[in-house]
Amino acid sequence: MSRIAARFAQLSKEGRGALIPFLEAWDPDHETSAAMLAGMPAAGADLIEIGVPFSDPMADGPIIQAAGKRALKAGATLARTLAMVREFRAGDTATPIVLMGYLNPILSYGTERFCTDAAAAGVDGLIVVDLPAEESDLLAPLAARAGLDIIRLVAPTTNDARMPHVLDGSSGFVYYVAITGITGTRSASGEELSAALPRIRRVTRLPVAIGFGVRTPAQAAEAVRVADAAVVASALIDTMAGTLDAKGRATATTVSTVLAGVKALAEAVRAARAGA
Amino acid sequence: MNTPIPPPPLANSLRTGPDERGHFGPFGGRFVAETLMPLILEVEAAYRAARADPSFQAEIERLLRDYVGRPSPLWFAERLSEELGGARIYFKRDELNHTGAHKINSCVGQILLARRMGKTRIIAETGAGQHGVATATVCALFGLPCTVYMGATDVERQKPNVFRMKLLGAEVRPVTSGAGTLKDAMNEALRDWVANVRDTYYLIGTVAGPHPYPMMVRDFQCVIGEEAKAQLEAATGRLPDVAVACIGGGSNAMGLFHPFLDDRAVRLIGVEAAGDGLDTERHAASLSRGRPGVLHGNRTYLLQDADGQIQEAHSISAGLDYPGVGPEHSWLHDIGRVEYAAATDQEALAAVQLCTRTEGIIPALEPAHALAHVAKIAPAMDREAIVLMNLCGRGDKDIFTVADALGVKL
Repeated sequence: MSRIAARFAQLSKEGRGALIPFLEAWDPDHETSAAMLAGMPAAGADLIEIGVPFSDPMADGPIIQAAGKRALKAGATLARTLAMVREFRAGDTATPIVLMGYLNPILSYGTERFCTDAAAAGVDGLIVVDLPAEESDLLAPLAARAGLDIIRLVAPTTNDARMPHVLDGSSGFVYYVAITGITGTRSASGEELSAALPRIRRVTRLPVAIGFGVRTPAQAAEAVRVADAAVVASALIDTMAGTLDAKGRATATTVSTVLAGVKALAEAVRAARAGA
Repeated sequence: MNTPIPPPPLANSLRTGPDERGHFGPFGGRFVAETLMPLILEVEAAYRAARADPSFQAEIERLLRDYVGRPSPLWFAERLSEELGGARIYFKRDELNHTGAHKINSCVGQILLARRMGKTRIIAETGAGQHGVATATVCALFGLPCTVYMGATDVERQKPNVFRMKLLGAEVRPVTSGAGTLKDAMNEALRDWVANVRDTYYLIGTVAGPHPYPMMVRDFQCVIGEEAKAQLEAATGRLPDVAVACIGGGSNAMGLFHPFLDDRAVRLIGVEAAGDGLDTERHAASLSRGRPGVLHGNRTYLLQDADGQIQEAHSISAGLDYPGVGPEHSWLHDIGRVEYAAATDQEALAAVQLCTRTEGIIPALEPAHALAHVAKIAPAMDREAIVLMNLCGRGDKDIFTVADALGVKL
């Protein structure tokens, strides 16, 4: 069983949803982002999503764009992102790691070599934003061979007729993009989420995570009441960016502030179904 | 008058692409986020239905004739040919179109498609501003709200076009991310589209982006080559020996080349922007100096670093200042049907002056790159040889840039 499947199976037994915090690799620098990553499981992260910096992040809003820019300036590359996962795995063999990014750095690295190296580094799943089901044959067979889950995005615009096609060959979990829009802009309402989930559940038994627009502990709790996991990205990066100095460098409070944010989200997620 | 959209191509032709997935060999495709995917499929279905509808074609023909002013003339550049002392040079004068460039050809087709699809808002990206102006123009004509994304650097160097767009009622949103040029404007337009998928049509200006755009924009631009072929036949009784066009995203070149792809005796040459020089860091020659990758929805040649990060392009011409190129060009490059050359900023500036002095035509900096290459090859050619060049834009928009580069204060 993959680390992702094992983690969701365990959470299902516990009867609670998962918190998936996001960080951009090397934002604002290698050491700080590695420290945040290392601290996230203890703060309550059930899975962790790591953003791979790309020069042209078309699906991302200003907050993650800025994160990517800081990371690239600090020297981030895809190879260094994998190295960061390898370091993390030395201290944690249980928390699933999902890489989220765009296709071009992977093509540039070499798809086959990337899948082999990512799996060896301890990556569990891939979300490639600009690789829809229609073009997935470029990467999916290689990822499957390396034991990496291919996590597909489902959007509000994905209609029922298209849903089985989108989820065909996906594994790990399903990432529901809760809004038609870019990251960190607006949030879906509870009713919108409640209406969307049955559409996905009819087609797949994979766990469903909700992302895009999940910012507060209350929103994360709401997400795991209808779905299996909540992804929080822009809000955490926003929190982190607030601790940086005028030159965009980490300060003494950067890591602890972000981890406190993760902790607050995790507490809300863990309490979400208790009162239900 | 020629049919604006080419008839279905024959088998064993280089004109049959793309395949049903939008691939030209290994290039093209639909590399977009899932949120956009259903919409891309809707655009494709709507376009295929429109293409088969005679009333759609008739409406395009009417607009191209009575509004754009097609067919654009074919001009024998006699004094220029004399001065260069070799081949006879013919200009396809798409700079005489309404709005001053070839961009309007595709805008006319796409706005009609957007209306058929029931879309009520138009967005576009623009580099030099020619596509933005053409889009704002058709939006004014049909009374649709229009938002144009333009890199902040380009807003600065293309002020006349920014004012034109605003006068036409468009909202111009300067984009400050990246280097503030065409690549960044396209990112921002895609972000807008993702957030407004239900009512918005993205009117892409070149033969790039996700399928069906490279095919669709090409089809709408093929009127250039179809007309030129018939006009040259009427004037000289034969095909050109060489056809030359500049390449940014490559829409004017694709429009000129495509009708000649199966005329294997016709040499086709695309001219990229070499900026400060191909062996410097500052150029926009994705075919000559890039390698294949994925950006803006398609797989194509890109300027990128060793990690796959997209690099900034550089050209004196805002319209060529793009680190990618349409995927069909990448395919034609790899199979060797089209040759791709490059001209530097300085060579383009010299060509602007040459054309102005000998023909009384001030070309835009974009086609000046094509002319710079013509000036390199024509002298060595036979006096009976024919070079056909697409003069795809007029130079009014560039006078400040050209004056500045020549050290003249306006």
